[in-house]
Amino acid sequence: MKHLLSIEDLDADDIHRLLELTDHMVEVSSRPIPKVPALRGKNVVSLFFEDSTRTRTSFDTAAKRLSADTMNFAVSSSSVNKGESLRDTIETISAMGVDAFVVRHKSSGAPQMITRWTNASIVNAGDGWHQHPTQALLDSYTIRTGLNRRDGFEGLHIAIVGDIKHSRVARSDVQAFTKLGAHVTLVAPPTLLPPSLDGWPVDVSHDLDSLIADVDVLYLLRVQRERMDDALLPSLEEYSALYGLTPARAARLAPHALVMHPGPMNRGVEMVVDPSELPGSVILQQVTNGVAVRMAVLFTLLGSGSAASIGDSQ
Amino acid sequence: MTRLVITGGTVVDQQGERRADVAVQGGQIVEVGPDLAGDDVLDATGCIVSPGFVDLHTHLREPGKEEAETIETGSRAAALGGFTAVVAMPNTDPAQDSVAVVEFVREQGRRAGLCEVLPSGCITVGRNGEQLAPYGELAAAGVHLFTDDGNGVQDPQLMRRALEYAKPLGIVLAQHCEVTSLTKGAVMHEGSCCSRLGLPGWPALAEELMLFRDIELVRLTGVPMHFLHLSTARSVELVRQAKAEGLPVTAEATPHHFTLTDELLESYDAVYKVNPPLRTADDIAALKIGLADGTIDAIATDHAPHAPHTKEAPLDQAPPGMLGLETALALAVGELGLPIQRVLALLSWNPAAIAGVADRHGRPVQAGEPANLAVFDPAAEWTVVPANLASKSRNTPYAGRTVTGRVRHTVFGGTAVVRDGVATR
Repeated sequence: MKHLLSIEDLDADDIHRLLELTDHMVEVSSRPIPKVPALRGKNVVSLFFEDSTRTRTSFDTAAKRLSADTMNFAVSSSSVNKGESLRDTIETISAMGVDAFVVRHKSSGAPQMITRWTNASIVNAGDGWHQHPTQALLDSYTIRTGLNRRDGFEGLHIAIVGDIKHSRVARSDVQAFTKLGAHVTLVAPPTLLPPSLDGWPVDVSHDLDSLIADVDVLYLLRVQRERMDDALLPSLEEYSALYGLTPARAARLAPHALVMHPGPMNRGVEMVVDPSELPGSVILQQVTNGVAVRMAVLFTLLGSGSAASIGDSQ
Repeated sequence: MTRLVITGGTVVDQQGERRADVAVQGGQIVEVGPDLAGDDVLDATGCIVSPGFVDLHTHLREPGKEEAETIETGSRAAALGGFTAVVAMPNTDPAQDSVAVVEFVREQGRRAGLCEVLPSGCITVGRNGEQLAPYGELAAAGVHLFTDDGNGVQDPQLMRRALEYAKPLGIVLAQHCEVTSLTKGAVMHEGSCCSRLGLPGWPALAEELMLFRDIELVRLTGVPMHFLHLSTARSVELVRQAKAEGLPVTAEATPHHFTLTDELLESYDAVYKVNPPLRTADDIAALKIGLADGTIDAIATDHAPHAPHTKEAPLDQAPPGMLGLETALALAVGELGLPIQRVLALLSWNPAAIAGVADRHGRPVQAGEPANLAVFDPAAEWTVVPANLASKSRNTPYAGRTVTGRVRHTVFGGTAVVRDGVATR
């Protein structure tokens, strides 16, 4: 695997392999000194054209635990503000010797474009409304461990609730969860669904109450205030009443059901109940698993030798 | 005075098809018949000799964006594509909303001397959609086609007034149909592809709604309108109905809209970003029927050069538009499956009439007519190489594609401005 641009490029076996490798990385992360020399001498550059403290920090931590050299390139401190083109930026930094770029961009497709201008590996850390593949992998890993489903998600019912239309997390998660065998239902008002769901292996519902008792995983997406400006929602209060996780709805969740959120949460909108009082909440595990999953991704793209080799030397 | 003869070709025009040589002298066709002799011979063996093509929709970028195209480089691209006249779109900087600017554009075209550059005028001042442009002055300066292309006129009251005011002037208003409140941020066709790619969609409805409104305004005012770059199946149907009711409407379609689909955007390559966007296979099928049955009057290129670095941006930041002048003939001949005479109607005499230049372009190939001619080999295969194009820009969506049908010579005003595929000036 040269790049990780989209879950669309992976099959179920690829995903399983990455999740198995993540098990090793969790073990590494649990050591007193959570660091291995697997990527010593590799240069990993974070290129964040859009703010994201948590994803950037997570990748940075992952790269450092594998002993890679890391560099952060934030747009505010870059020559992008001086009118340098994306291509010139990439070619210039590449010329310094880069093994992987971790790219976050507000435009869908930007990471794919960048592959034309560098020989480095590209890891998509979120592009526009398109994809956020490491989020889907960490979500899959969280479900795999949380529900003890090492062999796949057959028979699991996962509801993804919220602003599907503008969500790269939803696009990636739908593909990852269904490739692993889950049954996915998208729950949203029609205005927050993509214009067409042709080819999406999902069901659609506009009634969270009718299915909340039956789901194994309730995945809530962030709903943004600016959606009201485009007449997509009447009000956040109405959204919250119809689609939010209220205490009443939380009480109807199955005892084993997991509650997930990619963060940052809008308390009082999609998350009305206090998640710390939800027994099924695995929202912080998602964050923890994010580091291990990103270690697995970076090792797969840049590492040499077998996964077992990372267990040894320190 | 040099006598130019085009020998060995087949003449095709609105009167039919015949084997004949064509002799040209003093800017005019002087003789059409077998075995003609002259001082200067253009070999046309295996080729069609036809009236030169007329493009209703060319962006020449001068004044204002000379790094993308100039009137000279765009005229050269036109000549190499067999065009002897192009209508220059008004979205220049400054816009073509004053006599001074349209005279400048026409004069630059004259200086280049490769084809006739026909400046269009704006419908509204600065293409801002707020105040009528001075149609009377512009019409007196020879402008026939008026459009805010790049923008549609959003305000129905303003559009109604524009048509009413235009009535006594004998001009044509041409609409870029797009209700912009439906296309905010849009970069590609709204459908399954954009949904998967996570890109904001440009719904077919945004085109059809304005087209429907304007057809009703034509009904109300009786003033003719031309519809630019139809892209959807429903648009074709709306124009077909309007024509069946006898309304004075005409329409054009571009080669990229009848050959390429929105799936190309999967590459996230901004060379495929265009406005209106590439649509679906069903839309292509409907456009082809419309081109065959006369619903669509003309093939227009919407030649839209953009400097390379501007297209090396993410889709939402790159400007829309594609090159078209040098590939139009090949796509029309090679992809439509229509008789050559119908293709020529779409490329030559129909657009000549819409542009108001039927007195000198798209004329029958016969003695006494102005010598504006295209000579092309309908069977010649060639590969589109961006670096070989005459345009200053490189944004062709057909790079690397092998196409069929190539212009060999172009005669403009009696001069061979293209000989054997090479521009002579």
